[in-house]
Amino acid sequence: MTAAPLLSVSDLTIDIPLGGRTLHAVRGVSFEVSRGETLCIVGESGSGKSLTSLALMNLLPGRLKRAAAAMSFDGIDLLSIPERRMSDLRGDRMAMIFQEPMTSLNPAYTIGNQLTEAFLRHRKTTRKEAFGRAVYLLEKVGITAADRRMKQYPHQLSGGLRQRVMIAMALMCEPDLLIADEPTTALDVTIQAQILLLLKDLQKELGIAIILITHDLGVVARIADRVAVMYAGELVESGPAAPLFQSPAHPYTRGLLECIPQPGKTRPGEPLGSIPGLVPSLTGRVSGCVFRNRCPRAEEACSGEVPVVAFGDARRVRCLFAEGVR
Amino acid sequence: MLRFALRRIGVAVCVAFTVAVFSFFLLHLSGDLATAIAGPESSAEQIAQIRVEYGLDRPIMAQFIDWLVRALHFDFGRSFYFQDQVTTLIAGRLGVTMALGGMALGFALLVAIPLGVVAAIRRDTWIDRSALMISVFGQAMPSFWFALTLVLIFSVKLRWLPASGGATWKHMILPVVALGTYAMPAIMRLTRNGMLDVLAADYIRTARAKGLSTAVVLFKHALRNAVIPVVGLAAVQLGFMLGGSIVIETVFSLHGLGHLAWEAISRNDYPVVQAVVLLLSVVYILVTLAADLLNAALDPRMRTG
Repeated sequence: MTAAPLLSVSDLTIDIPLGGRTLHAVRGVSFEVSRGETLCIVGESGSGKSLTSLALMNLLPGRLKRAAAAMSFDGIDLLSIPERRMSDLRGDRMAMIFQEPMTSLNPAYTIGNQLTEAFLRHRKTTRKEAFGRAVYLLEKVGITAADRRMKQYPHQLSGGLRQRVMIAMALMCEPDLLIADEPTTALDVTIQAQILLLLKDLQKELGIAIILITHDLGVVARIADRVAVMYAGELVESGPAAPLFQSPAHPYTRGLLECIPQPGKTRPGEPLGSIPGLVPSLTGRVSGCVFRNRCPRAEEACSGEVPVVAFGDARRVRCLFAEGVR
Repeated sequence: MLRFALRRIGVAVCVAFTVAVFSFFLLHLSGDLATAIAGPESSAEQIAQIRVEYGLDRPIMAQFIDWLVRALHFDFGRSFYFQDQVTTLIAGRLGVTMALGGMALGFALLVAIPLGVVAAIRRDTWIDRSALMISVFGQAMPSFWFALTLVLIFSVKLRWLPASGGATWKHMILPVVALGTYAMPAIMRLTRNGMLDVLAADYIRTARAKGLSTAVVLFKHALRNAVIPVVGLAAVQLGFMLGGSIVIETVFSLHGLGHLAWEAISRNDYPVVQAVVLLLSVVYILVTLAADLLNAALDPRMRTG
């Protein structure tokens, strides 16, 4: 490692109290994001990837408990800073876009009002300047007649347009880190491709770091520099995108990759892979490898302690029988 | 917005006209007015004379148009019982009812909205539960009993406030509290539930992700959306309080419209009944219209619909 990472998270844990019992939704998650790189956090629904992203912004619902060994953003300790200073960072240096563009904008206010809001909150500036920047960004994210759009209400825009507005909104204060929680899931495939391309271009131009949360491996392959795979609240494998896709080390990652058809390789009619079994319950004590009940390689030892092993080119895996380790 | 307002005003005029038609014809269909006016012991000649005197012998459509044209000039004829112009009679009572209803709604909103907001923010705490208890209490209590209890405590025991009459603003406090308490629970619960729904909405998360302060998130982003249904309810409540404050007016000897309507009905004073029904309907229509326009101002989605 040359420079210190922009964001580093170590041993993040999120517990959900359920009247007496506790659901250990996220356990021992560690990762770093450097300036200007894209980290994709991949996992199925309920794997804790969205909770992880909300925990970074300290936006978890009140009853959820966040704990970590360390969590820092550009040298700022996110665990100990008071809420007032955290809200200074939010929307300014750390911005977020969400899965549901249809409901993520307030129906009662104009696009312009909502776009300029964060800029006016974080900068000493005038309304006119904020308006100008908003128009500039709307054009940048590919919205035509931006002047007119500023006066429109969310219900007058399509889903794709709204997501572009959300992206413009997140970029208002030139953040260092953009967290995108499934930004394309609710959109149709062509719009998905446009939005991803847009994110990639913006990143190249502005040099922001992106954490992209997704369950879509196709998206990951297009945009990721590094990938972190989550399963049932744990980070099972992480590393640079290309080698991870080439030679997945964790049995779960391999299973996931077998589930998607590959152009040229998968013949029509050929059955796709699937991972048998169900995600284990995460209430009460969780120990050993969480994937062992579905894993083809599982052995007795998997119910004991499973450490994270570093190997190869900055790769990490949480498995006793990981492929390609040593 | 202007087009929306014009269309709503047009609808309101149509509704008002329909109400006028019904209030006129229902009365004329309810029996022979001349017989009713003359009383049970009058002779056939007397009845015939009254029929001519009041123009009841003319075709009903002619009577209706005549009545409507005069009503548009605020002329509702003379009261049978009070020997006074109906318009003068109503003008004297309207102020009391409007003041009572308006202030009662103001009181209800002032208490219910903050209480609802706090109950939603502090959900499932003792504050939320106390607010719920107040609302159940307010809803379950008969208003005359509550009004009398207030009189007993604040007028008879403590001697802080007058028990009846409407001479000064001090006289209005107890009736306003009694009537407002009746309207409060529904507004409180609707505000609370609206706030809970809105606070769970995605756009509130967006607002927080922008680093906005809790106050801005609550009052700019949440409350505006949460009170939209409250506006409609408040309009219905106000309409109800204007027409239905008879019990409170009676308890506190306030001579308002409700009281007048009650007197007129019990004395077969048809011109007064007709005028009061029409007036209250028009007020109700105006209040609903105001609520629609206010809602459209709050929620841009309603302006097109």
